[in-house]
Amino acid sequence: MSMLEIKDLKVNYGGIEALKGIGFEVEAGEIVTLIGANGAGKSTTLRSIMSVVKPSGGSIFFEGEDITTMNTQKIVERGVVLVPEGRRVFPNLTVLENLRIGAYLRNDKAAIEKDVEHVYSLFPRLQERHWQEAGTLSGGEQQMLAVGRALMAKPRLIMMDEPSLGLAPLVVKDIFSIIRRINDDGTTVLLIEQNANAALKIANRGYVMETGRVTMAGTGKELLEDEAVKQAYLGKSKE
Amino acid sequence: MDFLHANLPYILAGISVGGQYALIAIGYTMVYGILRLINFAHGDVFMIAGLVMIYASATMPLYIALPLTVIVTVLLGFVIERVAYKPLRSAPRMSVMISAIGVSYLLQNLALYVTGGLSKMYPTIPWISDSITIFGATTKVVTVITPILTLVLVIALVLFIQKTKIGMAMRAVSKDFETSQLMGIKINSVISATFIIGSLLAAVASFLYFSNYAAVVPTSGAMPGLKAFVAAVFGGIGSIPGAVIGAFIIGICENIIKGLGWTTFSDAFTFALLIIILIVKPTGLFGERASEKV
Repeated sequence: MSMLEIKDLKVNYGGIEALKGIGFEVEAGEIVTLIGANGAGKSTTLRSIMSVVKPSGGSIFFEGEDITTMNTQKIVERGVVLVPEGRRVFPNLTVLENLRIGAYLRNDKAAIEKDVEHVYSLFPRLQERHWQEAGTLSGGEQQMLAVGRALMAKPRLIMMDEPSLGLAPLVVKDIFSIIRRINDDGTTVLLIEQNANAALKIANRGYVMETGRVTMAGTGKELLEDEAVKQAYLGKSKE
Repeated sequence: MDFLHANLPYILAGISVGGQYALIAIGYTMVYGILRLINFAHGDVFMIAGLVMIYASATMPLYIALPLTVIVTVLLGFVIERVAYKPLRSAPRMSVMISAIGVSYLLQNLALYVTGGLSKMYPTIPWISDSITIFGATTKVVTVITPILTLVLVIALVLFIQKTKIGMAMRAVSKDFETSQLMGIKINSVISATFIIGSLLAAVASFLYFSNYAAVVPTSGAMPGLKAFVAAVFGGIGSIPGAVIGAFIIGICENIIKGLGWTTFSDAFTFALLIIILIVKPTGLFGERASEKV
């Protein structure tokens, strides 16, 4: 049984079919990436897994349980979190409050404090700035905060929507090494990236999405070496 | 000093009515902060609280009538949100606002039906209606109690919003609905909590306000409601300290104008102030910079 199983998922946005029946799986412990151009339906896929967008057909199973029509709160309780596109930290809350709100559904105070320390150990910058309003952080720091906030929910599956978008190359490198570290610590990762090269390098497996469909699947390495993928997403032309 | 002495009763009255406006204004500003909705029915909820108190105290002792009024008012605020606003959560903002105007008229007409259009005498709440003399000015105890009670409630509210988990959720929801949802926050519970707090404060305001004015008619909520709304805009809608400071300024200015003998113009002053604020500083004293959510 896969950890996450998507079957024939369809989503309509006001008459436009954003997802035309996609299917893929994520096994426990993996890093899986969805790559594809803007408008391929990657974000929609993650948002419908979180039940922020209601699918018009198909089903989503998490650890064998049908979560297709479950509300977002229940899905977070099951251990699925999303680091949204554009970071979306709460600018009017302090860094520490942003982390605490990530643990909103948990009541184990002592463990929450321990996890705050754990996040600080992953991102020392956040500890230095824990009293600042999140809106005053730089883009990279906000991304770290968004990831830290998601970890505070003690997720079993963490989904990230374009975590490297708009960040300096050095920061991007940091983010990817953190993703790997989170995965090493036992959390399954589903990653959406425009930076297909970096994503496929750390991913066990990848899926290519095009206009609402999954058009290709393979291991990270296979996709990296695939001619069509190279041309379309890795910016390399045929030799 | 002479000016102060001659005008002390008016200044006292101004501080008092300012406190009452403040308690109502918080309801406007909090709901706006979270839903970006101007809850036009809020003034009428305040009026209903007055009526409930009148009918409850007619048959029950005061120590039951007071808490009962609070409970009924809170329930009313809660039900209005669930019935008239929640179904329109994803509708355009204008639809919700029209719904609020509808609820406002519904409450006024309901009150008209129940009271038969007659003005109802507000019961005398012992102690707070007693007369006292401060610095030579005679006034009711309620005049002195109001600003103190207002400040205590406002401080309690600010602490609640800053220090508690649900307060933190309120601040988060006011910035970003969808991300709050992704944290597992139940948006609807947070919104309900906002309406409950606003209605609770409106009920307290109704005790203080109507003790001074003695009669309740179906349109009794309209004017204080509007003034409180102006106070909220003046202070920067969405900001609680802003609403409180705005309310005190409006209350005091109005009464000083009355003291100068221009009673006729005291209401006009408030609305002229609204126009000036909207032209000069639309975000009010403490309002957030206008950054629309994307």
